[in-house]
Amino acid sequence: MEGILEFFMANRGIIYMVILSVFLGIEVISHVPAILHTPLMSGANAIHGVVIIGAIIVMGHAETTGAMILGFLAVVLGTLNVVGGFVVTDRMLEMFKKKK
Amino acid sequence: MTVAYFRTMNDISQFSVGISVLEITYILASVLFILGLKMLSHPLTARRGNRLAAIGMIMAILATILFHRKEGEPIGNIGLIIAAIVIGTIIGWVIAKRVKMTAMPQLVSFFNGMGGAAAALISMMEFPHVSPELIAKSGMANGHVLAILLGLVIGTISWAGSMIAFGKLDGRIGDMRIKAMRYVNLTILAVIIGFVVFIMTRHVQASAELTPLIIILFVTAVVYGVLFVMPIGGADMPVVISLLNSFTGVAAAMGGFLYNNQAMLTGGILVGSAGTILTILMCKAMNRSLLNVIVGVFGGGGQAQTGVAGTVKEISVSDAAVLLSYSKKVVIVPGYGLAVAQAQHICHELDKLLEAKGVEVRYAIHPVAGRMPGHMNVLLAEADVPYEQLVESDEINPDLPNTDVVVVIGANDVVNPAAEDDPSSPIYGMPIVKARDAKNIIVMKRGMGKGYAAIENMLFFNDKTRMLFGDAKTTLQNLVNEVKAL
Repeated sequence: MEGILEFFMANRGIIYMVILSVFLGIEVISHVPAILHTPLMSGANAIHGVVIIGAIIVMGHAETTGAMILGFLAVVLGTLNVVGGFVVTDRMLEMFKKKK
Repeated sequence: MTVAYFRTMNDISQFSVGISVLEITYILASVLFILGLKMLSHPLTARRGNRLAAIGMIMAILATILFHRKEGEPIGNIGLIIAAIVIGTIIGWVIAKRVKMTAMPQLVSFFNGMGGAAAALISMMEFPHVSPELIAKSGMANGHVLAILLGLVIGTISWAGSMIAFGKLDGRIGDMRIKAMRYVNLTILAVIIGFVVFIMTRHVQASAELTPLIIILFVTAVVYGVLFVMPIGGADMPVVISLLNSFTGVAAAMGGFLYNNQAMLTGGILVGSAGTILTILMCKAMNRSLLNVIVGVFGGGGQAQTGVAGTVKEISVSDAAVLLSYSKKVVIVPGYGLAVAQAQHICHELDKLLEAKGVEVRYAIHPVAGRMPGHMNVLLAEADVPYEQLVESDEINPDLPNTDVVVVIGANDVVNPAAEDDPSSPIYGMPIVKARDAKNIIVMKRGMGKGYAAIENMLFFNDKTRMLFGDAKTTLQNLVNEVKAL
């Protein structure tokens, strides 16, 4: 029991942040019209490309050749997620704009 | 676990200008992600929102490369990192720009899978480097190891699942519907959880000793990801992609825990929760529950209407041209068939011709027409169909009894009256475009095949319905020629 409480105390900042982010995520998109479901999903897809930061950190401290190869791959894949995600979303939204 | 995270968060002794700039950039990036998502959910601001989020991302990436320190060490291998980013950017950019709009759903799935794979790779590389002091203090059962394992499992499932979803939408992988699958899947899931617990309860000096176990865990997660998506019908792929999208968000957030990185944490959790809500909204648009989608009750293959009797009546292209030209009100119901045939442009040409003859032409857009909610709007916008002509199904339904002709092009389930009449039908209760209320109905179809949900459509046997068989693009082209000749 004490272990759990200790865990909570040590990480309460992060726990707060996670809980608030969950509510924020729900609140931010809960009134989205159906026509925007696809671009929104695609945009959110690009945002989780933030995982690339982890890939950069891991690659930045890689020492063995094996780690370098995996890290390189992780950065390439992360970049694909970010760039592909944002560009494709922009392309979709560009079409919505033209109609006016 | 533990104190480790919070300590770095508050430890002033680590203060330096670079670290402060990094942390401030992360805060700005998080704010831009939130604003971006918010703006993405309104039609007028959506594009700017996407760009804002992209700016936040670029800032976060640059700041990480320049200012990140791990135990005082700056980021090394910068040349290789930049090379990797350049390669990823070129490939991502080219694919994103070149792919046809109809292939958009599988593309989103593909990029999502890449993010999941990156998260899994990070976990795999971090696992052998868990600090020995931490292990000596609290064993393997600490938050750090948990974040690594969860990042690995969730990222891998997301990657494997996304690749299967990609294959299904691209028509490379068929459905596999075996009832027993769900038990198999639950078993594998239980095995994965058991394995995570097993790893976390080992007593070792260094986490590297357990590397073989990590590889087994990875393989099991791949199997689960594949089998999780395999039995789900192709029509439900958008929901699955949206779900896997939120999985990747959570996997990215695990990386945030790992590195005590606020940008990864907020970005990941935000997508995780927004993605989950979006998944539920999509299910609602189809009047289904998420569980129903995952367990895959759909597409059981027409339980009820056994051997629907009746004959279908065909119409010739020239008769159809005459019928359309002398109507007052025409409503076009586009479906995925229109999209795969790449017929949206020629369809717009037809509607312009008819409008020139004084016919009022509108498009009835079902929320899930196409392969993803909103997909059809994107496709028609691409063909320059004016926004005002696109009407949502709820809005157009009351006006359908006054409509002379409804032209159903490559759509099936979204006009199936079984959704209203037949409580035993798997799509019962789903909102539909009430095509049968119109005075005449023309259905353009490749053949008498069933729709994606694999259920019989009574609309085709309706007295007012005339079938126009053939490829949507060719048929529409012929129709355009006939209308011109009139």
